[in-house]
Amino acid sequence: MGYGLGLVAAAAVLVGAGWVLPEWALFLAIVSLAKGLVVLGLVVLWRTGLVSFGQGLYYGLGAYTVGLLPQITGITDAVLLVATGTAIAGLVAFALGFLLSRYREIFFAMLCLAFAMILYGILVKTEALGSTDGFHVVAVTYLGYAPAIESANQVLYVFTAIVVVVLAGLVGRYLQSVTGQMTTAIRDNELRVEYLGFSVRRAVHTKFVIAGALAGAGGAIVATAIGHVDPEMVWWITSGEFVFVTILSGSGSVIAPFIGSTVFELLRSFALEYAPNFWQIIVGGSLLAVIMFLPGGLWSLVAKWRASGR
Amino acid sequence: MLTAFAILVDGLVFASWLFIVALGLTLIFGVMKILNVAHGSFYAFGAYVAANAIGVYYEAGLPPLGGFALMAGAALVVGVVLGTALERGLLRFMYGRDEVLTALVTFAVFLMMEDVIILVWGADPFFAYQPYGLLGVTEAGPLVLSNYDLSLIGLAFTLCAVTWWVLNRTRQGRLLIAVIHDRELAAAFGINVTRMFTLTFVIGAMLGALGGAVTAPMISVTPGIGVEVIVLAFAIVVIGGMGSIWGAVIGAVVVGVSRAAAVHLLPQVELFVIYAVMALVLAFRPEGLFSRAQARKI
Repeated sequence: MGYGLGLVAAAAVLVGAGWVLPEWALFLAIVSLAKGLVVLGLVVLWRTGLVSFGQGLYYGLGAYTVGLLPQITGITDAVLLVATGTAIAGLVAFALGFLLSRYREIFFAMLCLAFAMILYGILVKTEALGSTDGFHVVAVTYLGYAPAIESANQVLYVFTAIVVVVLAGLVGRYLQSVTGQMTTAIRDNELRVEYLGFSVRRAVHTKFVIAGALAGAGGAIVATAIGHVDPEMVWWITSGEFVFVTILSGSGSVIAPFIGSTVFELLRSFALEYAPNFWQIIVGGSLLAVIMFLPGGLWSLVAKWRASGR
Repeated sequence: MLTAFAILVDGLVFASWLFIVALGLTLIFGVMKILNVAHGSFYAFGAYVAANAIGVYYEAGLPPLGGFALMAGAALVVGVVLGTALERGLLRFMYGRDEVLTALVTFAVFLMMEDVIILVWGADPFFAYQPYGLLGVTEAGPLVLSNYDLSLIGLAFTLCAVTWWVLNRTRQGRLLIAVIHDRELAAAFGINVTRMFTLTFVIGAMLGALGGAVTAPMISVTPGIGVEVIVLAFAIVVIGGMGSIWGAVIGAVVVGVSRAAAVHLLPQVELFVIYAVMALVLAFRPEGLFSRAQARKI
C-alpha cells in the first residue's frame, strides 16, 4: 500500500514540475526521463553483473516503431505507439534471449553489440527508411486528443512522467521480489544459485526481456520528442553512452537511472553550448572519474547522505 | 569464375588488413584479459602520424621508398608513447577489477582521444597517397590489382610468422605463454608479470598503430576512422576466440571473404554480413572458434 502511495506521490511531483519548468528544460526532462528508462533496463542487467553493449538495438526498435507505424497503419495514438514499440523491442529481446542468456561477462556484451550492429547495417542500407538520414516522425495524439504545437511538449512530458513512474514502479516491485533479489546472487556465484534450485538462465532471460522492453519504451518516447529517427540511435556509441550513464547512476535504486540520465543530459547540453570541441573529453573524463573514485555511482552519494542522517 | 577470383583476392586483401588491425587487440586480451577499446585510438593515431609524416617527407622530395620506413617509424613511436602512457598511467590501477569495468575505462580513453585528434589535427582530411601508387599494379586478366594491397597479404603473413616464432621459439615468448595460462603461478615462479603486461600492451599498441599507418595511404584520414575499425576488430577477435592468435587468422579470413563476397554479389548486406557471421559463429561456438575450456568456479 505504501509503495503504491509513493508512486502516486512521485507521479504528482514529476507532473507538477512540468508546470514550473521552462520550455527548454521541459524537452531536456522528457529526453532524460526516456533515456533513464533505457538505463533502468541496464541497471536491471547490471545487478546480475551483465553489461549489454548493444542496447541501442532495442532503443532503435522502439524509435523506428513510432516512426513507421503511423505510416503503415495510420495510428498516431501515443499510448498505442509507445506500447507497440515496447512490445516489439521486448519480443525481439525475448527471441535473442534464448541465445544470449547462455553468455556472461565480456562475451555477453560483445554479442549484444553484434546484434545491434546487424540492425545498424540493415538500416543504413535501406533507402526506403532514409538510410543514414533517417526520417521524420509525425505528431502524435493522446487518446483522440491532439495538442496544439505550442503545448505538445507539455502534454508529452506529462505522458512521459506517467509512463516512467508506472514502469519504474513495476521494475522496483520485480527487484524486491524473491526472484529479483535472487538475481543479484547470480553476480556473486552462479553455480550456487543453481544449487538452490533456481534457474539462472531463465532469470537472465527475464532480465534481458525487461531491459529490452524498457529500452524500446525509451526509444519510442525519444523519437516522439525529437520528431526524427536515424540509424545513429542503433550505433554502438549510443549504446556505449547508455552504459556510461548506468555506471554514472549506480545500481542502488530504481530512481538512480533517472538522476544519472538527467545529470548526463544537462552535462551534454552545457558542454555542447560552451565547449563543443571538448564534449567527448568531458564524457570520457567523467566516466574515468566515476569508475576510479565513485564505484557506486551517483546513487552511492545519496545512500551515504541518508546513512549519515540516521 | 572471374567473380570468384575477384572475391578471393579482395577477400584475402581485406582479411590481411583485418588481421593486422586485430592482432594487437587479441594479443592484449590473451595476456591481460583487457578488451581494449582504445585500440581504435592507436589505429587512428597511427594513421594520422603516418599521414602527416608522409606528407612532409614527400614534400621535401626525399627518396620515395623511405616512405615505408616512415610508416613503421610512426607505428613504433605511437605505440611506445601511447601504450606506455595508458598502461602505466591508468590501466595498472584496474588490474584485479571487473573486466567489463576495465573495458569501460578504455572506452572512456577512446572517447577522449577522439576529441584530442580533432584538437591536434583539425577536422580536415589528410592524404598520404604517394606510397600507394609507388608499388604499381599487377594485371591478372581483366582485373587490375594494386601491388600495395597485395603487399598487405605479405605483411600479414610476416606478422603471423614473427608472432609464432616469438611465442614458441624465444625465451620471452615462452614466459609469456606461461603468463597467459596462469598469471599467479607464473608470478610465483619468478616471472615479472608486471613487466610482461607493460611489454605486451606496448607491442599491442604498436600493432594497432601499424594497422593505422599502413591504412593511411589507402584512405583519406579523417576524424572517426577509429570508431569503425574497433567494432570490426572486435568481431574478428570474438569469432576466433578472444586471445587466440590462430583464431584471429581464421576470423579475419572468414570475415574478409564473406565481406568480399557480399560486396560482389549482394552489396545491400555488405555492412552487416560481418556481424551476422559473428552471431552465427557464436551461436554454435559460444566462446569463439579457438578458445580454451575454462574451469568452472564453485
